[in-house]
Amino acid sequence: MVGGFGTAGIPYELIEGLIQILEDRDVRDLTIINNNAGNGEHGLAALLRTQRVKKIICSYPRQADSHIFDALYKAGKLKLELVPQGNLAERIRAAGAGIGAFFTPTGYGTELAKNLDGSPKETRQINGRMHVLEYPIHADFALIKAYKADRWGNLVYRKSARNFGPIMAMAAKCTVASVFEIVDLGALDPESIITPGIFVNKVVLVREPDHQMA
Amino acid sequence: MSYKTKTKDEIAARIAQDIPSGAYVNLGIGMPVMVANHIRVESEVCLHSENGILGMGPTPAKGQEDYDLINAGKQPVSLLAGGSYFHHADSFAMMRAGHLDICVLGAFQVSVQGDLANWHTGAVGDIPAVGGAMDLAIGAKQTWVMMDLLTKTGQSKIVSHCTYPLTGLGCVKRVYTDHATFECGENGLWVVDVVEGLSFTELTELIGVPVHQRN
Repeated sequence: MVGGFGTAGIPYELIEGLIQILEDRDVRDLTIINNNAGNGEHGLAALLRTQRVKKIICSYPRQADSHIFDALYKAGKLKLELVPQGNLAERIRAAGAGIGAFFTPTGYGTELAKNLDGSPKETRQINGRMHVLEYPIHADFALIKAYKADRWGNLVYRKSARNFGPIMAMAAKCTVASVFEIVDLGALDPESIITPGIFVNKVVLVREPDHQMA
Repeated sequence: MSYKTKTKDEIAARIAQDIPSGAYVNLGIGMPVMVANHIRVESEVCLHSENGILGMGPTPAKGQEDYDLINAGKQPVSLLAGGSYFHHADSFAMMRAGHLDICVLGAFQVSVQGDLANWHTGAVGDIPAVGGAMDLAIGAKQTWVMMDLLTKTGQSKIVSHCTYPLTGLGCVKRVYTDHATFECGENGLWVVDVVEGLSFTELTELIGVPVHQRN
């Protein structure tokens, strides 16, 4: 799992670290879960270019500059599981919350209420409305970007860069968060901590960029 | 008789007119974003952005952009006093559970039963991308569509049955177009208003499927 939406919350440094780690390993079957499928040349796009990824689960792969994904997908080198964005978020949340599966009205009657093999997903009428059964999305690792952390891994985020961070942190066996500052225990206002440290395994300090630069 | 269709900006103004004070509203990417330009500040309409913002404000002045504060279209925005941030699961809970009063979406096609098709042309070779369209379409208390009535080749986008892949079934409440405004009601679409100079008969000829008018 990789956090981020648009320019906000993408853990670029962690993705670059992953690409470096993979350089001397024979790994070619990663599954990536993100809202998008990479854009431009950096971040997820750079990871896809290494052809270490076999499948991507996302809601919005097509963007103006998603050419690396586009080429791999069209060449049949990358599997795509397209998920409505709210189902993606809730499937991640469900994984972190220990939910076995859930019924949602989103997607009922559409092409996305089908499994990858084309068979229909289970449906049920609940309170007069049709729902689709959706399963959680677990991950081995979550790479997310937060704003500040303390030694226990408590996290606060910055503006809309919070996006998928809190739910991905809960859904992975090992969560790595990049932050711009690591403060002393007690320095984060306990009322303002968004992700409690129980959901975070590693914190990586990175340089804070100029937020006015895209 | 001759008539003049509404500009996109005029459709946006027409939609803004129907949004009550204090409503929680999501404006879809593309044309619907223009509605924001016509909402009066004093009406305290609260704009929602799927990536985790309530109380979204206008584009910041040049040099004041913050790329951690962006909208669903990934453009820099601002936060109004009283605004808040939240994670994606909460943001889509707001949609799915009907906490939002209104969402305004673009469309490829709307059927007379209120089915919406707006995410994928279904063309071979097209990479599908859905984003939050399906969650918004079925989640908000009211889903409104903003679109031109006709395609560039003159085909009606109001149809008896959608031929493009569906976004949601029976979810559209109102359709605001450059020719007329429609309400989804009993037995199909009802005309609310028509641009000056266009008769109901001429309008139905353009659409090609039956719509209704109140006496």
